[in-house]
Amino acid sequence: MKELIKEFAKGIIKENPTFVLALGLCPTLAVSVSVSNAIGMGIAATFVLLGSSLIISLVRDLIPDKIRIPCYIVIIATFVTITELCMKAYSPALNRSLGIYVPLIVVNCIVLGRAEAFACKNNLTRSFLDGLGMGVGFTLALILISSIREFLGSGQILGHTLVKGFEPVFVFGMPSGALLVIGLLLGLFNFIKDKKA
Amino acid sequence: MINNLTVSGSPHIHKPVSVSRIMWTVVFSLIPAGIAGVVIFGLDALWVTLVAVAAAVLTELTFGILTKKKITILDGSAVITGILLAFNLPPQVPLWLPIVGAVFSIAIGKQVFGGLGQNIFNPALVGRVFLMASWPKYMTTFNRPFSFDAVTSATPLAILKEGKVLEHISYLDLFLGKHGGCIGEVCILALLIGAALLLIKGYISWHIPATYIFTTAIFTYIFGGAQIFSGDWLFHILSGGLVLGAFFMATDYVATPLTAKGQLIFGVGCGLLTAVIRIWGGYPEGVSYAILMMNAATPFIDRYTKNRIYGVR
Repeated sequence: MKELIKEFAKGIIKENPTFVLALGLCPTLAVSVSVSNAIGMGIAATFVLLGSSLIISLVRDLIPDKIRIPCYIVIIATFVTITELCMKAYSPALNRSLGIYVPLIVVNCIVLGRAEAFACKNNLTRSFLDGLGMGVGFTLALILISSIREFLGSGQILGHTLVKGFEPVFVFGMPSGALLVIGLLLGLFNFIKDKKA
Repeated sequence: MINNLTVSGSPHIHKPVSVSRIMWTVVFSLIPAGIAGVVIFGLDALWVTLVAVAAAVLTELTFGILTKKKITILDGSAVITGILLAFNLPPQVPLWLPIVGAVFSIAIGKQVFGGLGQNIFNPALVGRVFLMASWPKYMTTFNRPFSFDAVTSATPLAILKEGKVLEHISYLDLFLGKHGGCIGEVCILALLIGAALLLIKGYISWHIPATYIFTTAIFTYIFGGAQIFSGDWLFHILSGGLVLGAFFMATDYVATPLTAKGQLIFGVGCGLLTAVIRIWGGYPEGVSYAILMMNAATPFIDRYTKNRIYGVR
């Protein structure tokens, strides 16, 4: 049981996909302008991760080794399509603001990375927990980055003004601001890790 | 006796020139331009400069203490960063702007990379570009010279960019600094006095400034006018931050090429980019972006302009 909890928890800090594995940086840079985008993206990616990890770990003995990547992509794309259609149906505004980055989850390296590195070698429960942990870790990282960026870049969080008279630092709403925030947070994570070790 | 014959590693000839000595000379050479800025724009210019310098030095000190490294505030490099940043700001900005800019310059532009000698970009320009991207409304509001009641006037380059006709600005006005602009960039005469000091002392070489200004002049002469070969090249040299940038920021020791050949390439690149941004770009002025872009290219320039080692084919 303890081992299973560990399987879930490693994705949040110790092997955080964004800050430690440095995977999936493209969607991270693109959608972290606002917290609402980040939450939407995080949930979508978590759902895809969960679904693909589950199915891939179920069929891992059926897939011939040589064509495993195309098979993974087909499975992942299925879940991405489900996500995209649901999003279009139930929250078209979010779908509009995330734009191309929803279909691009297909090639998100966190999803494929977990399929290749974990789900194809482990049983159902472990793969499920791994996918969930990674998804939650990714979502938390996105929320952390986007709340810093949204606060500094527009003075708001989720549309609420926090400090009156604060002059927004526009640069944090731009791609360069995303690179700055991610770089500094990566540095901070490494610093904490070195301290612990 | 035998001890005297021991030969240490090269270099064998030393000059009494140290980093801090060069840095303080550069600070000294920037003073004329600072005085000119205060004369033209009033005491506001002085406050902005002092606040920027203080913030830069304090940030350097804080970083030194936090990282438990040698405290490097006395070598003058943070002071230069503060001055250069302030010289690139309009005179009547709110005083928190130079503070934020100076902290960003030193913290992100310099210390994150490991301090003086490790930074890949000119720290002052990093700060300026950060401020420019973050608070454009403060960074592009300029005051009319010699009118201390906050009458705004666009810079000559901005007027040109909007396609309006420049009225009553003579070359002499541009040379002496009687026009809207940043604190340290307007008075070309004062900048040249400081630059002459550095050139005579041998602390900067002619390669980068000369090729930079020359390239900008040629390029704006060819493409800057309504027809080809009819650009007002003298106007382009005298307006904006070209002289300040060419002599004081493009010659930064750390982020520019080491060899003479590399410096020539660097200068030409800066000149081309500046002219391209001024003529076709979205911003009226391109000196800071040009220098930063060439800073980024410096490792490659250095790599391809290595001096031949004596005795090696």
